[in-house]
Amino acid sequence: MLLAPADASSPYCGIVHHHKILPLGDRALALTPIQTGSIAISDWLRCLGEQIGDNPPPGLRALVPGLSSLTVHYDPRRTTYESLTGFLSAAVGALTIVPASVHQPIIIPVCYGGEFGPDLDEVAATHHTTPDAIVRTHTAGRYTVEMLGFLPGFPYLEGLDASLHTPRRATPRVRVPAGSVGIGGSSTGIYPCTSPGGWQLIGRTPRTLFDAHRTSPALLTPGDTLQFVAIQHSEFEAYERAS
Amino acid sequence: MSITVRQAGIQTTVQDLGRINWQHLGIPMGGAMDEQAHRVANLLVGNEANAAALECALGGVALQFNVPALVALAGRDISASLDGAALPPWHTVRIPAGALLVLHNGCRTTIAVAGGIDVPVVLDSRSTCLRAGFGGMSGRALLRDDRIGIGAPSPLATHIHDSLASEQRTVAPWSAGLHVRPAYADQPTVRIIPGPECELLTEASRTHLLNEVFRIAPESDRMGYRLAGPPLSLADAREIRSAGVTAGTVQLPPGGAPIVLMADRQTTGGYPRLGDVIAVDLPLIAQLRASDRLRFAITTLEEAHALFAQREHQLHVAQLAVNLRFGSGRDDAR
Repeated sequence: MLLAPADASSPYCGIVHHHKILPLGDRALALTPIQTGSIAISDWLRCLGEQIGDNPPPGLRALVPGLSSLTVHYDPRRTTYESLTGFLSAAVGALTIVPASVHQPIIIPVCYGGEFGPDLDEVAATHHTTPDAIVRTHTAGRYTVEMLGFLPGFPYLEGLDASLHTPRRATPRVRVPAGSVGIGGSSTGIYPCTSPGGWQLIGRTPRTLFDAHRTSPALLTPGDTLQFVAIQHSEFEAYERAS
Repeated sequence: MSITVRQAGIQTTVQDLGRINWQHLGIPMGGAMDEQAHRVANLLVGNEANAAALECALGGVALQFNVPALVALAGRDISASLDGAALPPWHTVRIPAGALLVLHNGCRTTIAVAGGIDVPVVLDSRSTCLRAGFGGMSGRALLRDDRIGIGAPSPLATHIHDSLASEQRTVAPWSAGLHVRPAYADQPTVRIIPGPECELLTEASRTHLLNEVFRIAPESDRMGYRLAGPPLSLADAREIRSAGVTAGTVQLPPGGAPIVLMADRQTTGGYPRLGDVIAVDLPLIAQLRASDRLRFAITTLEEAHALFAQREHQLHVAQLAVNLRFGSGRDDAR
């Protein structure tokens, strides 16, 4: 395990950033923080990724944040494992934590229940409550995007109320339509493209989360906050027609 | 400057070396399954390594060339013909306008064409992303009657073509040497570097992983290969928080049957990572078919990097050889 002191200019100075680095095959490695004190791991990983990306070492090919680690892809023709881990440990030592800038939450309109949310009634039954109460709780929350993964533009959201935690479906669906909003265990999320999936589907958004031909292909970025707002079926159709 | 697809085969897609730097948005890397075959095939037709080529699963592909072209096939167990005459893989082949190239059989065959397959670049790559439906040929596998564009051949490709034409040859009298071809085998032993969660395996499962034979299950594709063999189990069945994976990551889902992630893998995964297949052995897996078998062996990062450097050196020497022979003295293909 490598130890590195925090940068004195950091607002969180004094915290010792324990981390470990392990190879992930011969062209990538995983950097995992062991202890980040009071700093959220997603903030720690986001800031480290940004600060390495601003000044990338030779041979760095890609940085991929996970929920609790950063994967670094490299080209062994242009760097060595030793020089890269040395660089990364120095970057951890110089890490400055900048809290995610607080913006207005991104609004995700959702038409809940019916054909768009075929599992809403079942989720309500699981929690011995009504579909309306599920929708009220789901729309009352503020969610933070921790990372994107699984599918292009798929957000891993933090912030689902514990009263909505619901096990995944016993048999995954072969085809979950793009825009579907679901609950899987302690997470909630939105399917950016049509795909197989095992989450409980409670609604659908007309917003396009991923479009490879847009300047910013993914609607959401780690650190974003978002809020779900319930809309009627007619509003869903109007939104789709407009876009 | 185009090719007409007469028969599309089971799954033929446009691939280059993929889009590695978009994974932070959850976008799969994609690209050629057998990177080495892709690079060698491009080298044989005077292309850059990253030029887009066709990747064909198994056989049943027929392509009609509407213009004269320079083509190379690379992969394992390839059976192909040009207007009915047998066509050897790993050779540069000059194709006259109107000729019909048929890939009868193969595992995962790269067909490289001088000038590269000309489809729009989406997110830095021409590779097909089947999952999200973009890149390559409209985000899908090729269909019968598709017309595929070809880019402008490099000066190097033109020299090779003219040289073959002046000798009235279809197949070049030289080919990619064995040392630049992957060491394909019917039952390969692929080397892995132990992964972050390898130590969670039980002692017995670790022994199974390294001593037993695994079979490629039918539900295997460009995303990953499911393996059938002795079920593996974890001593400490803890849940892993979604973390980065690579081409070659061996994951262990709760069912106990490992999966080897391949080119179209998700960017992150939540299953324990037992190990990662080393770069030089990935082509061996890429060329396996359903019900083919393999074994795993453990290696070190140092050995993997030494083997990688050796392979890269051999590819570099092969490139120099082509440049020397056809580079018109100005070394313009360097």
